[in-house]
Amino acid sequence: MAIPKVCGIETEYGILVRGSLNDATSNPVTASSVLINAYLSANQRKVGWDFNDEHPGTDARGFSVDDLLAPEIETHLVNAVLTNGARYYVDHAHPEISTPECRTALDALRFDRAAEEIVRASMQAARSLLPNGAEILCHKNNSDGKGNSYGCHENYLLARELPFGRIVHEITPHFVTRQIVVGAGKVGCELPGVTANDVPYQISQRADFFEEEVGLETTLKRPIVNTRDEPHCDPTKYRRLHVIVGDANMSETATFVKLGATSILLAMIEDDQMGDDLALANPVNAIRQISHDPSLQRTITLRNGQRATALEIQWQLLERAQKYERTHGLDSVDAEVGRQVLVLWEGILSGLERDPESVAHQVDWVAKRRVVRGFAERHDARPNDARLKALDLQYHDLRPEKCLATRVGLDTLVSDADVRDAMTNPPHDTRAYFRGRCLAKWPDDVVAANWDSLVFDVGRDPLRRVPMMEPLRGTAESVARLIDESDTPAELLARLGS
Amino acid sequence: MAERTQKQKPAPSRTEDAVEAAPPVTESGDKLKAELDDLLDEIDDVLETNAEDFVKSYVQKGGQ
Repeated sequence: MAIPKVCGIETEYGILVRGSLNDATSNPVTASSVLINAYLSANQRKVGWDFNDEHPGTDARGFSVDDLLAPEIETHLVNAVLTNGARYYVDHAHPEISTPECRTALDALRFDRAAEEIVRASMQAARSLLPNGAEILCHKNNSDGKGNSYGCHENYLLARELPFGRIVHEITPHFVTRQIVVGAGKVGCELPGVTANDVPYQISQRADFFEEEVGLETTLKRPIVNTRDEPHCDPTKYRRLHVIVGDANMSETATFVKLGATSILLAMIEDDQMGDDLALANPVNAIRQISHDPSLQRTITLRNGQRATALEIQWQLLERAQKYERTHGLDSVDAEVGRQVLVLWEGILSGLERDPESVAHQVDWVAKRRVVRGFAERHDARPNDARLKALDLQYHDLRPEKCLATRVGLDTLVSDADVRDAMTNPPHDTRAYFRGRCLAKWPDDVVAANWDSLVFDVGRDPLRRVPMMEPLRGTAESVARLIDESDTPAELLARLGS
Repeated sequence: MAERTQKQKPAPSRTEDAVEAAPPVTESGDKLKAELDDLLDEIDDVLETNAEDFVKSYVQKGGQ
């Protein structure tokens, strides 16, 4: 049986400083630090990230290239753990938030929305630290329109015994075609030699940046399936599939269906219910061809020689998922959440087939295109008009007074109150609960934290590391009372040990 | 591939949805157009005043 699909999402935000006379502040690395520190000093005590056990160079195909890669983590930069169990840090000159581990796609959506609000609050907090008139702007997007891209990554828990090669073969058709449902849309194209006249609008922010089918890189020659083998939990039992091929979504429906559909399909692969008959002849070409054709009519070639549209492949995947629900159930993704995912996924495919405009309230690339098209017609703007690119950027702008995504009528799936709660409180049903609660209760005694351990300073004794190798242990059910009833970390550790 | 997909689609429920969701074309078309016009009015106000400079200054370092 498929194991629980614990999941999470991590987003690098675009960052821009305006109105600063100081060159140091306009450096994006410094600006990211200012942004995060402004939030932390206004909201919670800073607890640093613990870099023990981070091995981004370990490859799922069975070798390690730690020495060959430039360091992915710059340990001197701001890197904090939040009381909601998330990590807030500077990565590659961008502010990044990784949500805590979540048991369902719906919870991961809630924490992704909370992350967005944390960045909004950070922008507000930073204003008071900057000179008059200066501000830091953040965008939840994936490209600057000039060939520079930054990621929105998903993570899914998989059983270690599942052969990695099978994951690659069986999930790739989804990773290439799911953009028609969850693409965030982009004005223009960033491939060398391709102009806005050739591709005035495309489905995905990220498709132009994928050059390999499978590999370890995340910043150059990006692969559709990333092989980083760093489970952040018991490596003998689990894998963490690190997915780098997605767009950052403004639509809650899109984030939810992106995480939910992928979780279901991965559960099916674990249960050997997928098959590899949808394998594509050339996934890298296909991901671009699909992105560059918002008419959804272009067909791509399968490895078996047949041709199909992205929509036809998505229908196939949905039908297999619906069948899997009947034969195996969806407990691994939470049956109720899984059912909701299937309903929304089917509704979007039906809408795209009938008239894409009908899903403008759910699908980012359709919602953005509607605005771009309408504006272009009204003002007689040509494809390379800077105002159209400005609309694209502003769709993702996190300043409430400038954001277009909040104005276009997108459906919401989580309440404002639930999002606010998730800004400070961890999920109840994963180990993030233990991390977040300990941090909130004993900020002075937790000296460092990371995904799979917490380090306490209990005074006279050496530092004590509490390993958390099981993503579903340390939940409210198992530790809430222990934490509530302990006055000090030493007391908690004594109780945990007994 | 295309034919097989056509056959396997769970047609009944979706066809019903499609029928319900398609009220008289002119009425819904007019309403949608009015909504879009309102939205575009708002966007004219919200759009960066110097869009060209804004787009030019929007340069990011590559990330993951």
